[in-house]
Amino acid sequence: MSEKINYRQVIARALADAMDEDPTVLLLGEDVGAAGGAFKTTAGLFERFGPTRVRDTPISEQAIVGAALGAAMTGLRPVADIMFADFAGVCFDQIVNQVAKQRYMSAGQVTVPLVIRMANGAGAGFAAQHSQATENWFLNVPGLKVVVPGTVEDLYGLLRSAVRDDNPVIVCEHKNLFALKGVVPTGDAAFVPIGKASVVRRGKDLTIVATQQMRHRAVEAAEMLAEEGIEATVIDPRTLIPFDDATVVASLSETSRLLVVQESPPGGSWGASLVSRMVTEHFEVFDAPPALLSADETPVPYAAVQEAAWLPTAERIADQARRLVAY
Amino acid sequence: MTTNQERLTLQQGAPPDAEALLASMLRIRLFEDEIMGLFTKQLVRGSTHLCQGQEAVTVGVASSLRDGDTVVCTYRGHGAVLAMGAELDASFGEIMGRSGGLCKGRGGSMHLTDVARGVLGSNAIVGAHLPIAVGAALSAQHLGTGAVSVAFFGDGATNIGAFHESLNMAGIWKLPVLFVIENNQYGEYSPIASTTPIARLADRAASYGMPGVQVDGNDVVAVREAAREAVDRATGGEGPTLLEALTYRHGGHSRADPGAYRPPGELDSWLERDPITALERAMRAGGGAAETRIEQVREAVRTDVAQALERALSWPEPDAEERFEDVYA
Repeated sequence: MSEKINYRQVIARALADAMDEDPTVLLLGEDVGAAGGAFKTTAGLFERFGPTRVRDTPISEQAIVGAALGAAMTGLRPVADIMFADFAGVCFDQIVNQVAKQRYMSAGQVTVPLVIRMANGAGAGFAAQHSQATENWFLNVPGLKVVVPGTVEDLYGLLRSAVRDDNPVIVCEHKNLFALKGVVPTGDAAFVPIGKASVVRRGKDLTIVATQQMRHRAVEAAEMLAEEGIEATVIDPRTLIPFDDATVVASLSETSRLLVVQESPPGGSWGASLVSRMVTEHFEVFDAPPALLSADETPVPYAAVQEAAWLPTAERIADQARRLVAY
Repeated sequence: MTTNQERLTLQQGAPPDAEALLASMLRIRLFEDEIMGLFTKQLVRGSTHLCQGQEAVTVGVASSLRDGDTVVCTYRGHGAVLAMGAELDASFGEIMGRSGGLCKGRGGSMHLTDVARGVLGSNAIVGAHLPIAVGAALSAQHLGTGAVSVAFFGDGATNIGAFHESLNMAGIWKLPVLFVIENNQYGEYSPIASTTPIARLADRAASYGMPGVQVDGNDVVAVREAAREAVDRATGGEGPTLLEALTYRHGGHSRADPGAYRPPGELDSWLERDPITALERAMRAGGGAAETRIEQVREAVRTDVAQALERALSWPEPDAEERFEDVYA
């Protein structure tokens, strides 16, 4: 399994491997079956596993998530696909009031081994209702886990871990990374633990924390900075809940400077929460005020030039890093 | 399809297990009466929603179920949970937030859950548990367990999106679900006619390819007969049924509501059709030692409820530190 595969294709591979491993895993969502998924991320599964395990649903996000929840509570390990992450708004009640709370309210009488997949993120011209970084919507709802894989390897490994997890896990698949290529390791090495950050690049001058599309732009920025003699560590948390603070703190103890980059507005975001935790709990490590580089506080614009300006670019990340190092 | 006229009702006499049905309904009635009293003593927090008057619906349906079948219900769910066999003391304890409660005091009145008895949960978001019932039925179908999934919900829930999505999904996949409308005539404070343009809610089944059956929800035998038909359909692979049980909420919506919006005489006319009185009347009509048997049942239930309450009152509150448990598995 050493051939290259892209971020889009690896989803079907991870799901197929999970379904091979466990007959209680089933997939449900709009067009996930015969059509192979709106993004072709489930291509081939319907043919291989049949219509009872790969179920095309009506356009009914509440029923998709709620039925997956009920099934998870009664012996299955469902994977619900709600297509564009923005549609999480349609089934917000099911996710935040039902999925997240059943175990707690029942004092552990039920277990919810449920995966909810959604395609998030901007940059592909889908406009304001199909481009949001909705992972931030779920940060304030204890009971959910949220993963945001940014590479082919992490997407495979986190999706496999999510299906095996006995808790509800929201898997955000960034739709502007579908063409990204990678190689999935074989065997257990392919599993990426939920809640473990990845140190993508090591440098002594500052720590940049970013996910998905922004992680790649952060690496690009770090390479630009390296040419100027500034060495950045880039950390991809990969999981937002639970967040791997320890890896960030360990890095800050060497760099003393923190730049968080995200493709959402700052309010109520994982980046703002991270900065808050680091400042309040680790104030002594900082040599400069931490920086949060976010998208603008507007809905995602459509026009190419506007959407490009809305998202932090590698240049803006590098620029912010320079200011931080010069502080 | 069987019509209401052909189905067995209390009109044909009390059933052989009348005493068990009476005990089950009385258990709920006396439990709810006690909960009302506990409120005035400030032993119940937040809000609570009582179901006096609606007992025949949950008891009738529950008596048609087998081990392994599952139920989800509403925040007016004490009746459904007790009808499924939940212990009185653990139910009292939960509503009073005690450590011995069904959910160790973490759920409260609106979230009674007893998975061992098939109760997957009581839900405080109107209609939100219908998709969950669909999922339980999906498991039953996929795993071949033969189980039936029941969702109890109010008339008001038939106007929320999750109702329509759930019936549609259960309809296309022919899932073994019994959707039970506890039509108590009011959605919170609003009479159903003011919020719904059709008189017969069971008619909504037609849009989703399933039978819509209306039944006298104060006749425990009629409810059970209709539920049995639906269970047979479900286990026979014929799919879901929408069952509308016509009943009445003797009290208001919640503790804050005296129900003053109800027209004069309405409550009295429904009290004459009280489901417990109706069953007792049928038992008496059967002659024998009915009066003695009824009194024996009443006395036994009174004792059970009183003793259960006493036990629950003796239980401590849970440890505050336990609030961190069960957020994740």
